[in-house]
Amino acid sequence: MVLKGVNLSVNKGEILVLIGMSGYGKSVLLKHIARLFKPDKGRVLIDGKDIAPLNSRDLSAIRSRLGFLFQGGALFESMSIFENVAFPLKEKLGLKRDEIRERVLQELDNVGLSGAEDKYPTQISGGMQKRAALARVLVWQPEIILFDEPTTGLDPIIGHAILQLIAELHSRKKFTAIIVTHELQRVFKIAHRAAMLHEGVIRAVGTPDEILTSEDPVVKQFISGETEGPISYR
Amino acid sequence: MEFIRKLGTITLKYVSGMGLMTIFLVRTLLCAITPPFKVLNFLKQIRFIGAQSVFLIAFIGAFTGGVLALQSYYNLNKLGSVAFTGPLVTLAIIKELGPVLAAIMVTARAGSAMTAEIGIMRITNQIDAIEMMGLNPLRYLVVPALFAAVISMPLLTSIFDFLGIFGGYVVAVKILGMEAGTYLGEIPNYLDLKDIMEGLYKSISFGVIVSWVSCYKGYYTGTSGFGAEGVSKSTTQAVVLSSAMIVIWDYFMTALISL
Repeated sequence: MVLKGVNLSVNKGEILVLIGMSGYGKSVLLKHIARLFKPDKGRVLIDGKDIAPLNSRDLSAIRSRLGFLFQGGALFESMSIFENVAFPLKEKLGLKRDEIRERVLQELDNVGLSGAEDKYPTQISGGMQKRAALARVLVWQPEIILFDEPTTGLDPIIGHAILQLIAELHSRKKFTAIIVTHELQRVFKIAHRAAMLHEGVIRAVGTPDEILTSEDPVVKQFISGETEGPISYR
Repeated sequence: MEFIRKLGTITLKYVSGMGLMTIFLVRTLLCAITPPFKVLNFLKQIRFIGAQSVFLIAFIGAFTGGVLALQSYYNLNKLGSVAFTGPLVTLAIIKELGPVLAAIMVTARAGSAMTAEIGIMRITNQIDAIEMMGLNPLRYLVVPALFAAVISMPLLTSIFDFLGIFGGYVVAVKILGMEAGTYLGEIPNYLDLKDIMEGLYKSISFGVIVSWVSCYKGYYTGTSGFGAEGVSKSTTQAVVLSSAMIVIWDYFMTALISL
């Protein structure tokens, strides 16, 4: 059992960064929030409603308010970038062709991918894949977006550009965001709050400054990246 | 004591696996009878499972009929009954070899690819991405494959049967020198509509087995290992389980129909 009693609340419209050691359950927590995993016990509340026991129809309604940016992008490899971004509009919202085209091209423009709509995921770089995946998430305007390591595997410049893009889109669209990341310094600049998951529980929550200056030895060691301390990496 | 514990663990694993497989089939069938239907995905699957398997099925069918004629001719010759070569080849192919071998060939060609494709979609979160859009992945990935296999399999089996009988004809008549009238003439005396229907029912049920097992193994990739290794294991398991289920189900269907 990776999670052992997580207690965390996220405010509407804020960007919350979730940090912690690799393999300590950050992505698992994110998947519980999205109900891709069902908790053995406990509750996941969205606007006060527990989503853990929901049937597939009610869950579908909740998920239309949620977006999930997967670590690898999770683009459909057999579809072009345009078709990927158009997929939720066509299948979920049932929009007409012209409207779909307009919204897809607009969203691709928002993430800086104008002109790449006819390419396939394998024909573009990792950074472009992340941006295309972000466009697919944003295109149906979810209220809550879960980002699972949005900058992993990208070079520092592209990683920074992705984070700036998230911040910029957040300021325009005002969604609630939970970002799982290891990129502390740069992500903290765009975050309102940060939480550290350690050994299955939330060890610390606070503003980025509070986390960076925390006296908790576990948080301190994680932030400083020291190998000596209470966190065992072996 | 340790032995009993291990035996219990293995039994539980297999029983729960069978339960999960059954639930998967029931959920797929429920999706299959409720709109929206994904016609484009279905047509793609028809092309992949059906149209693209035609050459392989025709090739295997022709050689199966040929070898069957060869064996039948030599062995019936010892009994002085070479006239039964045609009916023997025809009945063996239409009732058993056609449906079974066509299904195993489709498992090897299309079933394994279905498992690998769905398995890769699973490990790269593409299936999760569909779920996150509030859509049911079974409707997009499994239902079209199930319908396509159920429709393609009888057609492929018919092609196998036709070319099998033709292959037998070529070997018996053109190579071994039998009279064409003897080979073909005796067939209507021994072949009933019931025999053809038996082959048809079998091929439809094998279509369900191939698509069900292949999609299930792909959909739950990760339970037998992760990443590329998990997909590889699932693909192997899909082919082995599917082939075994085809042969076992064939026995029970033959027993039931023969009652």
